[in-house]
Amino acid sequence: MADLKRTPLESAHTALGARLVPFAGWNMPVQYVSILEEHRAVRETAGVFDISHMGQFIVSGPGAEAWLNRMLTNNIARLEPGQGQYTLMLNEHGGVIDDLIAYRTAADSYLLVVNASMIDEDFAWLDARKDDGVTLRNESDSWAGMAVQGPQAAEVFAKACPGEPLPARNHLHVTGTGAIVCRTGYTGEDGFEFFCAAADGVTAWQRFLDAGATPCGLGARDTLRLEMCYPLNGNDLSPDRTPIEAGLGFFCDLDKPEFIGRDVLVRQKSEGPDLRLAAIRYTSKGPPPRAHYPVLDADSTIIGELASGALSPTLDVGIGMAYLPAAQAKPGTALQIDVRGRLFPAEVVKKPFLKK
Amino acid sequence: MNIPTELRYCPSHEWVRLEGDIATVGISDHAQAELTDVVFVELPAIGRGVDAGDPTAVVESVKAASDIYAPVGGEVVEANAEVAADPSLVNTDPYGEGWIFKLRVKNADDVSGLMDAAAYQAHIS
Repeated sequence: MADLKRTPLESAHTALGARLVPFAGWNMPVQYVSILEEHRAVRETAGVFDISHMGQFIVSGPGAEAWLNRMLTNNIARLEPGQGQYTLMLNEHGGVIDDLIAYRTAADSYLLVVNASMIDEDFAWLDARKDDGVTLRNESDSWAGMAVQGPQAAEVFAKACPGEPLPARNHLHVTGTGAIVCRTGYTGEDGFEFFCAAADGVTAWQRFLDAGATPCGLGARDTLRLEMCYPLNGNDLSPDRTPIEAGLGFFCDLDKPEFIGRDVLVRQKSEGPDLRLAAIRYTSKGPPPRAHYPVLDADSTIIGELASGALSPTLDVGIGMAYLPAAQAKPGTALQIDVRGRLFPAEVVKKPFLKK
Repeated sequence: MNIPTELRYCPSHEWVRLEGDIATVGISDHAQAELTDVVFVELPAIGRGVDAGDPTAVVESVKAASDIYAPVGGEVVEANAEVAADPSLVNTDPYGEGWIFKLRVKNADDVSGLMDAAAYQAHIS
């Protein structure tokens, strides 16, 4: 526990009576009052999450665009200043090291927002491959981060940051006080992510609470993202699985001449992948499906295991995702989930579970 | 934290109410608070024989599944269908409508060997 990193907002979480648990090396709030209530707040009003654990890298220099385009799958040249995109960083085998959001903050400057658990590994990977004329800085410890999500997120922003414009979807805005506002999120709702100096974090957090956002923990963050089939690195993404298998081919620009892992993706795209990450839904009531539960076909042969799973608070039914043989990853395929030796009927459905 | 004095408790946080040779079993207020939102309860089959310490039911929160152990030996004579239909009863009324199963106990004296409220209070503090 002594090695756990502490977010700049920890005192605020403690004051709110949050339950703090180790996550990705950080002492993070998993919930304040109730995961179900926090989930509902985001779907119906607005919630605010501490995302200070996420990493921020600054990449700059005249060679930054060309270099990032070789390091990442999406096409960064398509970004205007102030615009961002979801993208992936792959190993030589096309496996996912991390998924991240890349913003062009100026002509030759980029902000990368990476997963907490991967900050050190991502930085080492990038730093070892850095071109001349490219500067890479890890600013993860300097920033506090908050995600405000929900249909009332824009109202919360207007109250908490009066006079500041809320950027358009996938765009970024730098406020008068130097905070970065990104119109993005991980819940399927409208919302924004807000990054400010670590020392200003508690003040900003309180401002979002005062503007009506419900404090929400990582428990609700996980059920919210799973309802949308947004992958969680470490569960649904791994160095052994490619974005094609994960269904994220849209974020890989194979027209780019070169990026790490490209050859494997090109081959998988033309031949079709052996495995696909399928969305699986119970066809009746059952215990919550969870990661690592075996997935069986209709003949009760094990064909995979759940990468993620939960009882969907919105749909009130078991949902999960699993890498399955491509032929059995088609919507309508009948499956069974093994929960402690009992089999519960399920089927492959179209992504996402929650149609917005 | 509510710990009714008329009940007996296990270190694994089940409570027992003995009436004649029937023991009603649920989980304590402390346990439900620790588990947080209960979203699923798996009930035992009626007629099943259990020994003290046998996993007999499962209570699942959003984040985890927890076994509920038989506090004493006996036979399952009733399981709470209401709590299977509405698992949140475990959170809202852990000692009342949130009960989980009833045992016909083999030996009623086994229940008096469990912790009383004061001992359980000490156990969780």
